[in-house]
Amino acid sequence: MADTQPVNDWATDFDILDEGYIADPFTVWEDLRGRCPIAHTERRESAFLPTKYDDVQAFSKMVPELSSADPLVIAAPEAIQQTEHFKKYGANSPPISSDPPEQVWTRRLLLPHFTPKAVEPHRQYTEELCNELIDGFIETGEADAAGQYAQQIPPRLIAKMLGVDESMTDDFTYWVRAVLELGLADPELRMKYRDVIRQFFRDTVAERRDNPGDDLISHFLAATDPDGNPIDPEIVIGMCNLQLVAGIDTTWSSIGSALWHLGSNPSDRQRLAADESLYPTALEEFLRFYSPVTMARVVTENVDYNDVSMCPGDKVIMNFPGANHDPDAFENPHEFQIDRKVNRHVAFGAGIHRCAGSNLARMEMDVAIKTWMKRIPEFEVSKPDEVTWAGGQVRGPRYLPVTF
Amino acid sequence: MMERSAAVKLRVDQEKCQGHNRCYMLAPELIDVDDMGTAFERNEDGSVPAELEEKAQLAADNCPEFAIVISED
Repeated sequence: MADTQPVNDWATDFDILDEGYIADPFTVWEDLRGRCPIAHTERRESAFLPTKYDDVQAFSKMVPELSSADPLVIAAPEAIQQTEHFKKYGANSPPISSDPPEQVWTRRLLLPHFTPKAVEPHRQYTEELCNELIDGFIETGEADAAGQYAQQIPPRLIAKMLGVDESMTDDFTYWVRAVLELGLADPELRMKYRDVIRQFFRDTVAERRDNPGDDLISHFLAATDPDGNPIDPEIVIGMCNLQLVAGIDTTWSSIGSALWHLGSNPSDRQRLAADESLYPTALEEFLRFYSPVTMARVVTENVDYNDVSMCPGDKVIMNFPGANHDPDAFENPHEFQIDRKVNRHVAFGAGIHRCAGSNLARMEMDVAIKTWMKRIPEFEVSKPDEVTWAGGQVRGPRYLPVTF
Repeated sequence: MMERSAAVKLRVDQEKCQGHNRCYMLAPELIDVDDMGTAFERNEDGSVPAELEEKAQLAADNCPEFAIVISED
């Protein structure tokens, strides 16, 4: 199967790594909604792509027929799938890669650390960090708002929450891109950095066991499984892995997309600068319009849904961004409305796998955008043609030159 | 003083709630969330004061799980 040939028909041969699709998936979804709301492909593996809100919602609730054991949009390389470790633990990033019952108890270990009240104490650190980053380039009158700003925020905060030295930030950032972005089309790179991350946490968890502190890893280690036993160390390592792979380029993509929007749409930028009360609706509209995350499920038994028959082993692409642009679910979905009142977006997913870190991500977006707008209320994307976007699993700008 | 003809009530269906916390952000006067992020009504009987009816509706209109029901008794 030629995985990288141009797409002839998106309904029967879609390619979520296609460059044109990454730059503009919106027109593809709009076309599909009108004639074939659930597309199929045989590229790389048999996979289905829903484009309607109701279908994505329905698939989100299909547990256990749709499993989360391999939740990336491109299946784990065969060489990983054949390992004993994968057979036992799957993609091992609980709870995102787990099904009930493991999903339930591992998620309950995480949630108390990510409620709105629990993330609030991280606000001050995030504000200081954002200001420090802006100090670094404000005098020059220009910046790469993705690389020098958005990308720098989540890895530092996650490092702090894990009790890991901030000097790891650049490594974390590259490791995550190697798995989630560059690695989607390069299985060897993906395998290499999957192991690098796990080995880092294997060492860190062993060290933390001897020297516990007030950090997420120590909390995981102090907890017990449903039988009252200490948690399998591989599960703890998997949960640490999740903090990196789910917490970093997702949030930086959201911050970057918001700055891209504000730097490309002066009227929205001016409205937001003039009226801080718009932030709550603006943040949700950024999340809806530029939803960064697409996930996947694996079919575990024969499923007939509408006109589609799915077989065990097929992938289902959880197209949350596409759902958020469905005209049957949102009024004028292709318009960015900074004060949109009714907005049931599923940027953080839906059902039992709703993003556990959503409140942390919201706080980071809120602080990052407010701090930028306070310091640099007037700015514009200076070279729109040079902006680069990553996509597939996580969509967002990777290079975003702005002047101010 | 005239009595209102209908009292608005807000109910969270905790079976459906997945902890998005959108309702808590929009209407913290009416809704709180527990340690697992699950929403619950601050007023046990779900009653919504007249001045908060609009917020109650917003909370319902933004729930991605369709877990909030507004009713008039």
